[in-house]
Amino acid sequence: MNGHSMLRETLRRLSRNPLAVAGAAVVLFFCVLALFPWLVSSHDPNRIDILKILEPPSGAHPLGTDDLGRDVLARMLHGARISLSVGFVAESIAIGIGLVIGLLAGYYGGKVDSLLMRFVDIMLCFPTFFLILAVIAFIGPSIWNIMFIIGVTGWMGVARLVRAETLSLKERDFVAAARAQGAGTARILFRHILPNTLAPILVAATLGVAGAILVESGLSFLGIGVQPPTPSWGNILTAGKDNIEFAWWLSLFPGLAIFLTVLGYNLLGEGIRDAVDPRLKGR
Amino acid sequence: MPETPGTPKTSGAEGPGALLSVRSLKVGFDTEKGPVRALFGVSFSVAPGETVGLVGESGCGKTVTALAVLRLLQTPPARIEGGEIFFRGEDLLPLPEKRMCDVRGKEISMIFQEPMTSLNPVLTVGEQVAEVFTAHGACGKREAADRAVEWLRKVRMPDPERRAREYPHQMSGGMRQRAMIATALALSPSLVIADEPTTALDVTIQAQIMELLQEMREQEKMAVLLITHDLGVVHDFADRTAIMYLGRIVEIAPTRKLFADPVHPYTQGLLASLPGRNRGEKRLPSIPGTVPDLSAVPPGCPFAPRCPFRQGAIRRYQSGTSAQDDLAICDRTDPSPSEYGPGHLAACHHQRSARGEGAR
Repeated sequence: MNGHSMLRETLRRLSRNPLAVAGAAVVLFFCVLALFPWLVSSHDPNRIDILKILEPPSGAHPLGTDDLGRDVLARMLHGARISLSVGFVAESIAIGIGLVIGLLAGYYGGKVDSLLMRFVDIMLCFPTFFLILAVIAFIGPSIWNIMFIIGVTGWMGVARLVRAETLSLKERDFVAAARAQGAGTARILFRHILPNTLAPILVAATLGVAGAILVESGLSFLGIGVQPPTPSWGNILTAGKDNIEFAWWLSLFPGLAIFLTVLGYNLLGEGIRDAVDPRLKGR
Repeated sequence: MPETPGTPKTSGAEGPGALLSVRSLKVGFDTEKGPVRALFGVSFSVAPGETVGLVGESGCGKTVTALAVLRLLQTPPARIEGGEIFFRGEDLLPLPEKRMCDVRGKEISMIFQEPMTSLNPVLTVGEQVAEVFTAHGACGKREAADRAVEWLRKVRMPDPERRAREYPHQMSGGMRQRAMIATALALSPSLVIADEPTTALDVTIQAQIMELLQEMREQEKMAVLLITHDLGVVHDFADRTAIMYLGRIVEIAPTRKLFADPVHPYTQGLLASLPGRNRGEKRLPSIPGTVPDLSAVPPGCPFAPRCPFRQGAIRRYQSGTSAQDDLAICDRTDPSPSEYGPGHLAACHHQRSARGEGAR
């Protein structure tokens, strides 16, 4: 066994789970497309061509054109970039907040714990989507606002997870040993406890990205998410809804992209969860 | 022992210039069943470079004492109810937490019982040894890594460069304990508290680890507070030995004196139950009864219910051999220590009157 054998062991078990591998492939596929859209399409996603409105898929436009004659494939590719980065950034914000709150609540316990966890309960009381709608109505829809608001309404699960892990980790001998060596609270929290919570956080993050993408698509579909002309899977779908009787491609492809991405993240997340589960070791 | 009133830096039976001096330390815990006392006024000292053994059964307060010295007891539920812990003439109890962090690892460090769980599973062993340097700002990250490898070599970790990059789960118990020792000694502290450092190891490894500790102690000129329930280990390694029972030190003496002339009936019982001491006898003698629960400590001498002296006195009285219960005091008052030779203290009513000595 060598250095990073734990990681390697996890990857090995992950690679034996066909669903997880499929999920990872889908995620990777969309990430590559989002990073390098010109590999697939050289069209400008915002170039309007009124002579080619709502054209069905053809050689020149593999996924057809929308109601303004823009190339759907190019818009999908650039939309992937938006949707995926909203997913990543929003989930990063959520994890950052959840991590700190979970660590503090779990480590200090007592009143700090009660206070923070009641705050989590309060946050969980809100129907998240409507909370986001209300806040966006106030601060206005922009990509950054959407990332931010999805992040600050989605950290509660992570906080609870980290708190539970911290509660048990802080009683472990190695934490006492670290303290006996003179480690202060910050060092104990971030150097000794935090890395031990990363496995469950990774699972939550993967599933969380899927959730964030879904919320962003929903918001954009309703018209208060990413604003046109910036493409996102959600607002392409909106255009599709208006023309669904005569332009099926405008609804089908973005819908399929959202569906596959979310499915891919979920499969991957559940695969990681199974792979890091110590009870399944040796499989 | 000379003791000038008004200078609390050194104290009576412990000799002047003590490195660590614990004085009537009382610790209690809040439990669901109400408050429970764990330490009933523990006093001892450790001189520079000295090894003091702290021996007792499980639950007698050895580890609580060690954790209290490092102020690592979780409060609540633990409560330090009295006493002082002087280290280099400074009381550690009122120190702010930040200063205490400087003391831990640098001045006083600790080796834990379980090498299997005392290392962080997600950090490499090298990183964990290096932690001590960076936590105390002793040097930069790169130098810390080099010094960690150096220390792993010093504690005779096989192939230290490679092992430093490995994770704890890839190592045997003995190797992990070596890594623990390396972290504990890395900043050359003047006192190391070793809490049953060999209990979790194989017998052959135990000897190696104890030898290593001994060697390191001489090399680094540090004092060791050796906590164990193994009298053999204490006999071989400790200069002085303290015997604990139910949150008290019932006897403390230079190790040789303690083994040659134990005063307290509990010490006598412990020594008698060592194999090899009573050759020819078929069964090893044992101390009758069990340690009472800490929440129900008898009011007088804590050892009275199991004490052969006390039980003998009761029998004599009940059978009419003795006109009065001459040891009734055992059930009423907790004996305070008296002296039985230089540096030899024991807390026993019977011995105080029987031996006459030290009835001060």
